[in-house]
Amino acid sequence: MQHFIDQFIDIIHVAAKNRTPLYIRGGGCKDFYGNYTNKQEGEILNTTVYSGIVDYDPAELVLTARAGTRLIDLETELNARNQMLAFEPPYFGSTATLGGCIASGLAGPRRASVGAARDFVLGVRMLDGKGNDLRFGGQVMKNVAGYDISRLMTGSMGTLGLLLEISLKVLPLPRVELTLRMEMKESDAIKEMNIWASKPLPISATCFYNNELTLRLSGAESAVHAASKKLGGEKVIEDSVFWESIREQTHAFFQSNAPLWRLSIKSSTPPLLSSEQQLIEWGGALRWLICNVNTTEDILRVTAETAGGHATLFRNNRQSSSVFHPLAPEMERIHRRLKKIFDPMGILNPGRTYQGL
Amino acid sequence: MHYPELVNSLKVFLPPDAVLYKAEDTRPYECDGLSAYRQIPMIVVLPQTEKEVIKILQICHESKIPVVARGAGTGLSGGALPHAEGILLSLVKLKDILEIDPVTRTARVQPGVQNLNISKAAESYGLYYAPDPSSQIACSIGGNVAENSGGIHCLKYGLTVHNILKLRVITIEGKCLEIGSSGLDTPGYDLLALITGSEGMLGIITEVTVKLIPKPEKAQVVMVAFDDIRKAGNAVANVIGAGIIPAGMEMMDKIAIHAVEGYVHAGYNLEATAILLCESDGTAEEVTEEIQRISEIMEESGAIEIKISSNETERLMFWAGRKAAFPAAGRISPDYYCMDGTIPRKNLAHVLNIIEKLSTEYNLRCMNVFHAGDGNLHPLILYDANLPDQLKKAEEFGAKILEMCIQVGGTITGEHGVGIEKINQMCSQFKTSELEVFHAVKAAFDPDGLLNPGKAVPTLRRCAEHGAMHVHKINNKFPELPRF
Repeated sequence: MQHFIDQFIDIIHVAAKNRTPLYIRGGGCKDFYGNYTNKQEGEILNTTVYSGIVDYDPAELVLTARAGTRLIDLETELNARNQMLAFEPPYFGSTATLGGCIASGLAGPRRASVGAARDFVLGVRMLDGKGNDLRFGGQVMKNVAGYDISRLMTGSMGTLGLLLEISLKVLPLPRVELTLRMEMKESDAIKEMNIWASKPLPISATCFYNNELTLRLSGAESAVHAASKKLGGEKVIEDSVFWESIREQTHAFFQSNAPLWRLSIKSSTPPLLSSEQQLIEWGGALRWLICNVNTTEDILRVTAETAGGHATLFRNNRQSSSVFHPLAPEMERIHRRLKKIFDPMGILNPGRTYQGL
Repeated sequence: MHYPELVNSLKVFLPPDAVLYKAEDTRPYECDGLSAYRQIPMIVVLPQTEKEVIKILQICHESKIPVVARGAGTGLSGGALPHAEGILLSLVKLKDILEIDPVTRTARVQPGVQNLNISKAAESYGLYYAPDPSSQIACSIGGNVAENSGGIHCLKYGLTVHNILKLRVITIEGKCLEIGSSGLDTPGYDLLALITGSEGMLGIITEVTVKLIPKPEKAQVVMVAFDDIRKAGNAVANVIGAGIIPAGMEMMDKIAIHAVEGYVHAGYNLEATAILLCESDGTAEEVTEEIQRISEIMEESGAIEIKISSNETERLMFWAGRKAAFPAAGRISPDYYCMDGTIPRKNLAHVLNIIEKLSTEYNLRCMNVFHAGDGNLHPLILYDANLPDQLKKAEEFGAKILEMCIQVGGTITGEHGVGIEKINQMCSQFKTSELEVFHAVKAAFDPDGLLNPGKAVPTLRRCAEHGAMHVHKINNKFPELPRF
């Protein structure tokens, strides 16, 4: 496997020398995500050759795999041992890889109850923009030696380095899962989700759409049944299909050609921009909006900021160069300095997140 | 800027009792929880507001004065060891809980707020702040963020980095960074993670927004005795392999059991070679179900005794022994040296075996307490600093343990931080190109290297000269604090 790394290093060296961009790509399932970049000028660096599980011991709750490993293969292996990637990563395609999953840092329905991708990353092996082979973090749960570069890499969209190997904390599959659905007004649903989250209830996912609140309970059988009695509602059959449709955005709500915005905000924020079609997740902290032309980018940015969060143009049929929420000037300055450290020639996924990064 | 001039410029905006510079006033700040390292700072400042912090940093930046931040000073790696020509920036007076929002389950607090006080303030809402380092009655949240503190419940509930949402950080230039958000993620790079555990090297934290979680209805602990430490290690793997994430999972070896039993009489089995404490929390139904399963697994794993706490008093009694491990070590030995390595749990038996051999080789006793669920090992090397060579031997013994932790795929520090104490071992854990990245990251925030200089990341020159480190006499600076 080292020869693949040597090849990557050569590619990076050449690109750095010529200052030609490299577009890091795994399965290509998240090509839609981020700013439009004109790939004519550079080269696509395909990571899928570097794949396979390096180490997995279920009793350690730790898995290390190469970035090109397909998520489906990882999850199959984990499920066979009754374990899972607890942050429920979206695939957006069957060829999705672990590298893309960590580089994008996206998480699915279980996010609000267990944490995000970054919460499960224990360590990485990576190549920086100079072709240095670096390791940060490790394969243990508790590790405070050195700055947390592994988490810095998570969600950085390949702008700081090429991920080679990733160590993750994994968790047991819940013993029992049960999904309930109840009719409710949006404002009430937001209130209830926040109230329930402050009680010791095993709620592992929530989704509000079209005056229906759907919620999933996960855990010990006794706890799930006790909670379902407390909460009421109707039991949903084939619930895993439903949650997958939310995670993968195959649900009817997402089938639109209009821009899809993602607002990550304070969970208690009352209903906002009521003229837009919406789907709510994460106990109220995540709002998906399908926006008509009258709701401008400015309105969305201000709305999200007022609600203590940020807005992302998640999907768009047109080329966009301002997908992510603008950074405050001081933050932008630090971002640019960090980029300069890891990728001084600016060759790794340039512009995918922000101009200059 | 010369020293009297500096004092005067600080006194312009700080009250007289917030600028300390006479030796009798600055001496109490000469060390943190690791009292082996002492240094009287040039000046101690005690600002009360963020504005004052900003002014102090601007002055230091302009005059190129080193700044060492300090919270409650309970850290165990010398991270808050002062600089002889620097300012010690104490944040204890920024101690207000600014807001508790029971609806979004968050608390916005100043850095000097004590860890446990957050949970106390949230108690009436049925909420608490999960990370519970052993010093939680004294340690402050700013320090917790700087060290990425853990606690005995972190396998299930995570470390500090998993339990904070937002930070206000002042750079050495006096600029304010607002990091994180009221949502569950933020655009751009994960600076929240980068700052957490950065040991005061990147910026000064002036505000922390933490997550609060619902208090579990019930907690119960199983105390299990084994006649073989390998069986105990396997039992831990069996519990976790069965899909159970205990709220706490702690192990003690024979020397530890005897030391604590003689001290607190927790009811531990003195025939045992290892004792496990395994806690379950959650709803009443859940706990009953889980405790039943844990007991069965322990029995199958070869336990010689299983006791389940029957009430809260008994649960706390079982824990009291484990929590008294450090003071108990102090009772049976004039000095002890606490290590903090983390290892993949499967290597536990191997590591303990080697520690035992090293113990014979160095003729020093070593008692082991272990956060068994997450692999964080605290060998306590017992020695007497008054005997010639013992200190040096304890140091060498400790360094060998840490290097072994790296060899088996672990790390030199799980939760205490690198600080000044483990700086040489950083050279063993990271190669030059990785250390260069750390230095560059620091320079991105602090180009002149004024914040906590000389800590956390060794210079490459130091690594080249590695081996020349001294002084490890450990006095318990906070005898009243439990340490585990």
